[in-house]
Amino acid sequence: MSAPVEAAVLKRTPLYSLHRELGAKLIDFGGWEMPVQYTGILEEHRAVRERAGIFDVSHMGELEVRGPGALGSLQTLTPNDVSRLADGRCHYSAFLTEDGTFVDDLLVYRRAPDDFLVVVNASNTPKDFDWAAGRVGGAASVVNRSDEYALLAVQGPLAGDLVARAFGDDPRDLAYYAFRTMPILGHPVLVSRTGYTGEDGFELYLSPEAAEPVMRRLLELGREEGVMPCGLGARDTLRLEAKMALYGNDIDDTVTPWEADLGWIVKMEKGDFVGRDALARQKAAGVTRKLAGFEMVDRGIARHGYPARAPHGPGVVTSGTHSPTLGRPIGLAMLPVADTPPGTEFEAEIRGRAARARVVPTPFYKRTKKEVSP
Amino acid sequence: MNPDDLHYTQSHEWVRIDGDIGTIGITEHAQKELGEIVYLEMPEVGHVYNADEEFGTVESVKAVSELFIPISGEVVEVNKAAVAEPGIVNDDPFGDGWLVKVKVTTDDEIRKLMTAEQYAEYVQAEEQEK
Repeated sequence: MSAPVEAAVLKRTPLYSLHRELGAKLIDFGGWEMPVQYTGILEEHRAVRERAGIFDVSHMGELEVRGPGALGSLQTLTPNDVSRLADGRCHYSAFLTEDGTFVDDLLVYRRAPDDFLVVVNASNTPKDFDWAAGRVGGAASVVNRSDEYALLAVQGPLAGDLVARAFGDDPRDLAYYAFRTMPILGHPVLVSRTGYTGEDGFELYLSPEAAEPVMRRLLELGREEGVMPCGLGARDTLRLEAKMALYGNDIDDTVTPWEADLGWIVKMEKGDFVGRDALARQKAAGVTRKLAGFEMVDRGIARHGYPARAPHGPGVVTSGTHSPTLGRPIGLAMLPVADTPPGTEFEAEIRGRAARARVVPTPFYKRTKKEVSP
Repeated sequence: MNPDDLHYTQSHEWVRIDGDIGTIGITEHAQKELGEIVYLEMPEVGHVYNADEEFGTVESVKAVSELFIPISGEVVEVNKAAVAEPGIVNDDPFGDGWLVKVKVTTDDEIRKLMTAEQYAEYVQAEEQEK
């Protein structure tokens, strides 16, 4: 068997000692020492699909954009239409290069008309901060608040009930992609109905000192129902089943939103923004490649970076794993557009061996919608 | 723990010698490091390997690891039950979760492998390095 990874000097979240206590297996994730699993990826995955799981995602970055020019700046910095956000609402968006490719994907929260929080991928935080700070106008400021926030994701069908019982305030009045501040164990916590699992759930932005007591309370209260602490391993299988893009795997600064099948975050009609001209040109010329979901026809798991040979040309697998819900391998691949209709077969090269795969409709998993209100 | 009658490699495989047949698998430590195994790629029966050659792969949800054959020989049997249900390797790596059987060609190679005690020390040293 191949050798294990060596440890480097890594950043830790406020929950590090709790992870150790819970027996987590910790790995280097973009410079952070994070739990990849506690009991096992399959079990944790199942807990989220059937009950609820709690993830420490405190490594995520939080950039605050404030001032009278905040809205105008974010309209220029991101492709989605920030003017459509009301207070207490957030949306999925991106920072794009002048070429229209991803600097990062992110969430924009509107806390007040002149006060926004931009939540970015952990390892991109310094890059994103520099990128944004160099482009906001004089009437807005960007501050990196990442050290002031811990972040817990409570995900799964029981998530709302669990939060309600744990803290005496039911968050299920929130619509999807809405948020409000809740007092939790004496701390003001920003609770948003968002997640990265394809399941109903809530994300809790809290002060670092609140993270451990809040996570302990949720785990204690949920233990009987089988609520589990969940690691980044399950987070990855969950997000892939829901076909949510992972920066560094499926999207990066070589991929545009059109190619990533994320055109819905681009609002061309809203006015100018960084990357708009390039995106307009690409749209006019026609997109030549696109991200598509696939399942394997032959045995094997085609993983990130494995070459693909499709009928109309080469491609590449951007994500691939064993789907715990479906019980078979799934993945995403960047393929020639002509090869992205479901049913198209292509070959993935799995460590030198050609294995057939087939494009399928996505997402791979979609939850059955239940009542949103309590 | 690690059974005394097995011989161990630094890459965490084991071999049990029974007459001229060597049964090969991965260790308890290896299955624990890997996590839940979801896929095994095994060689064809009849394939001949030299010691230390890659003879297959074991995949967990998270990662792929190559398997290296502890001794030279011809593959005479593959554990079909484990291929069909790789979780067996997690549940019983030294027993029902064996991977392949080979026809042993030489005794010399066995002597280069570690005893259970040596392997336990090796794993401990490896853990401390982390």
